[in-house]
Amino acid sequence: MFSRKKIYQILSYISFIAPAFVVFSIIVLIPFILGMYYSFTNWNGVSGSVEWVGLDNFVHIFKNDLQFRESFLFTTKFTLASVLLTNLIGFLLALSLTRMLKTRNLLRTVFFLPNLIAGLLLGFIWQFIFVKGFASIGQLTDFSLFQLPWLGDAKTAFWGIVIVSIWQGAGYVMVIYIAAILNMPHEVVEAARIDGASGWRMLIHIILPLIRPAITICLFLTIAMSFKIFDLNFSLTGGGPFKSTESLAINIYTEAFVNNRYGLGAAKAFIFFIIVATITTLQVIYTKKKEIEA
Amino acid sequence: MGQKYTMKVFILELLIFLLGLVFLIPFYFIVINSLKSFSEILINTAAWPDQFQWSNYVEAWGRLKYPKVFLNSLIITIFSNLVIVVFCSMAAYRLVRSPNKISKILFILFISAMVIPFQSIMIPLIRVTSHLGLLNNIPGIIVMYLGFGAGLSIFLYHGFIKAIPREIEEAAIVDGCSSFCVFWRIVFPLLKPITITIVILNSLWIWNDFLLPLLVLQDPDLRTIPLATFFFFGQYTKQWDLALAALILGIIPLLIFFFFLQRHIIEGISKGAIK
Repeated sequence: MFSRKKIYQILSYISFIAPAFVVFSIIVLIPFILGMYYSFTNWNGVSGSVEWVGLDNFVHIFKNDLQFRESFLFTTKFTLASVLLTNLIGFLLALSLTRMLKTRNLLRTVFFLPNLIAGLLLGFIWQFIFVKGFASIGQLTDFSLFQLPWLGDAKTAFWGIVIVSIWQGAGYVMVIYIAAILNMPHEVVEAARIDGASGWRMLIHIILPLIRPAITICLFLTIAMSFKIFDLNFSLTGGGPFKSTESLAINIYTEAFVNNRYGLGAAKAFIFFIIVATITTLQVIYTKKKEIEA
Repeated sequence: MGQKYTMKVFILELLIFLLGLVFLIPFYFIVINSLKSFSEILINTAAWPDQFQWSNYVEAWGRLKYPKVFLNSLIITIFSNLVIVVFCSMAAYRLVRSPNKISKILFILFISAMVIPFQSIMIPLIRVTSHLGLLNNIPGIIVMYLGFGAGLSIFLYHGFIKAIPREIEEAAIVDGCSSFCVFWRIVFPLLKPITITIVILNSLWIWNDFLLPLLVLQDPDLRTIPLATFFFFGQYTKQWDLALAALILGIIPLLIFFFFLQRHIIEGISKGAIK
């Protein structure tokens, strides 16, 4: 039998871990597993009947659901554009704002500011800018770029979302890049400077290799964030015009809570999970590998 | 880096400063237009307001039920943080200090769940939580934030606690302190730096969260700031004078929070990202 001390230890172990683990299981683990089950059913969320339909949902999604394919394409294109531009701009900002600028602290705050605000509110702010602000700048300057119907056309609406996501994300990656640049070993940078490295050569041969881990982190962070985009997209365009800017996350939301096809929505969510999990796992493996090499 | 303030640096400063202004233009536009009458917004969006229409704010304040939604957001954020900090620090501490097979499996479960996107949980979540009476009330959504926040918070605490030497605790155990007493008296105070990071990351997330409250809080009296703003926009589409004032009211609390805790927030963001 267990000794009194052993029982005390077990009880103490449970009392420390159980509250977090029980809640975590109910909120995350069980719904996640149930979700996988529902993706093989025709549950509509309202009636109690949940019928097993095998792979029907998946067959439907891959064969007949053109909108899902469009959403996937939109999300992928958006992720590509947003990740590249956000990191490029964020990195250039970090590079400039680690120089001896007189206003650098103020400017760091300015560029970081949009990142604090809820994505939903950012979308609404920019809805006003695109609809009213751009039009008035267009009138004042006669610059045709500002006279376009930004949110009314599929192509410009796409770039509209990209612009807002850069505005939101550039300051965030900037903070990470600044930390990395300030952490570069002083001796190496000084030695290179004394050797006469400057400008491009300094950037390519010294700075970029030294901050590689930060680049990896930022790339994967922004990939995951862009691929899961919902709030900003939802309030800025609502997926329009004509569903041309409907992200995967919005597509799943609509399928489940607007069309009330929970089973189909769960199947889409399952596919979505596989894609996101693959991206994130690749990130972890890659980061760990680099850490060992370093 | 670059030591001397040369002409080149000056030009760089000028360019970045201009870019900074471009970044701020959207704020300028919504602030000045929130103070105009509706017709003035339509006639001239870029101009300075003729006369400040503070009445926009008064009306938006009332129609949003601002004090109520602000309080809802505040209560949800504070209590979610409280339960996350208490239960995740306890769990992480025990997982580190009792290194057995179960601890290892539990830890892997907690952190691997971080890769699950919310969309893959939300549909069954509604069903599970409605059976448990967690839907449509504030304690319910706080419990959900504990569940969703557990992964990252336990992960961050776990990494921090591993670096704390055990000897400090052992001395207290000899003095006859129980395991709860050791944790709360000795260990928890040492966790302050990582607790600050965790509270900041969770606060920004919970305060700004939209989809979970949208699905879970149906009662209009329970709305949070993002939720109330969303319904306000739906109701007053194109009534920009009120909508913009409502937006500004929604943004102000976070700006105040940021200016008080600027250093901690920026540190927290870079620390949280590197993990």
